[in-house]
Amino acid sequence: MPRNTKVSPRRVLIAKPGLDGHDRGAKVVARALRDAGFEVIYAGLRQTPEEIVRAALEEDVDLIGLSILSGAHMALFPKVLALLKKEKAADIPVFAGGIIPDEDARRLKKAGIRAIFGPGTSLEEIVSTAQRLARSAA
Amino acid sequence: MKRAGPMPPAARAIVNGDRRVLARVISQVENGDPAAAPVTRVLYPRTGNKPVVGVTGPLGVGKSSLINQLVARLRELDRTVAVVAVDPSSPYSGGSVLGDRIRFDRRADDAGVFFRSMASRGEVGGVAAATREVTRLLDAAGFDVILVETVGSGQVDLAVRDVATTSVVVLVPHLGDEVQTLKAGLFEIADVFCVNKADLPGADVARRDLVELVALGSDRSGWRPKIVSTSTTQPSGIEDLWSAIAAHEEFLDRSGARRADERRRVSSEVVELVREKVGRELAGRLEREPALRHWVDQVVERTLDPHTVADRLAKTIGRR
Repeated sequence: MPRNTKVSPRRVLIAKPGLDGHDRGAKVVARALRDAGFEVIYAGLRQTPEEIVRAALEEDVDLIGLSILSGAHMALFPKVLALLKKEKAADIPVFAGGIIPDEDARRLKKAGIRAIFGPGTSLEEIVSTAQRLARSAA
Repeated sequence: MKRAGPMPPAARAIVNGDRRVLARVISQVENGDPAAAPVTRVLYPRTGNKPVVGVTGPLGVGKSSLINQLVARLRELDRTVAVVAVDPSSPYSGGSVLGDRIRFDRRADDAGVFFRSMASRGEVGGVAAATREVTRLLDAAGFDVILVETVGSGQVDLAVRDVATTSVVVLVPHLGDEVQTLKAGLFEIADVFCVNKADLPGADVARRDLVELVALGSDRSGWRPKIVSTSTTQPSGIEDLWSAIAAHEEFLDRSGARRADERRRVSSEVVELVREKVGRELAGRLEREPALRHWVDQVVERTLDPHTVADRLAKTIGRR
């Protein structure tokens, strides 16, 4: 067994579903989570919901973060949630960031997305929310 | 092989191909969770017969992209593949960005592939402390080939030898002149040299330097490292790369080197495990036991030297 007397690092998957090619925000969040002690599995651009869920299961993550700017969130996020449920992995919390209108955000939260961050959210807020969600998953 | 006792449900699930349980137990092994111990113990006799291919080399030489292509090649050959890709942990936060998955082509519906990212968690040498145990879980899960991608390596990051049955050292043009190839370390551990980015200028020089190195070689074990040239942007040489790896695996069986190598690996593993256990125990005792604390104080005050205290301490091991 490897040595480990300390707390085990939390693992988080950061992925961009859909077709937009802007991953600056996702990278900034990945870096901030790294600096907060997370092991960030950075899956990158243009992931299908199937790929995201498979990565989450193989990597045994405590948390999933989705970033989207393309406007396809109402199609793609519920798909991710449905696939997690199908895989009996609905216990993995999902948070999201990007350009998401308030009305959509309300509906997505009702559907099970645990937190949604718009432009201008501080990294501190994202990190502290991620820490809280990851703890609740364990 | 001796029976290892009744099979815990998690072990059975792993053998039966349950990927979720496999992923969970991998985390437990990484975290040093005692729950994993009965699982790894019972699975151990089922392991040790699969090629474990270590892919190492400096950062940016294209290890992840090569592994992606190798996986595609192995799937063409109808072999199942598991990948463990190690990236460094931060010495400051303990966090990590594990980015090797990006290079991995989407195979969302292919059950013949499993990909796991792993942080080095303070270990130096190119792999994590848990990497070897994790390769055994993947072996027990039935994958035909296990690929291990190391952290981008320096000249002395050689721990891949303690994990892999075949070590592939990946290089690119313009890493240095032929004197670099004479230096001890990385260039000594290769069973296969891979000159990647072979479409770039200078690839022929890099290859020639390696040919000379291998020609000078001492045939340490009766195996001459093979040299292959590859490119992943316009994929070429990938079939040669797998053939070279497969040839080395055949050599291991033919020559009896497989058993000798495994002996070397398991001895170093056992010693490492003892070092862990004893080191942890001694560190605790040095804190707790007044007599031992006094020794340390004396070392600080220069009335005892570290070697004397170490000798005394070593004599107390296992005697309590």
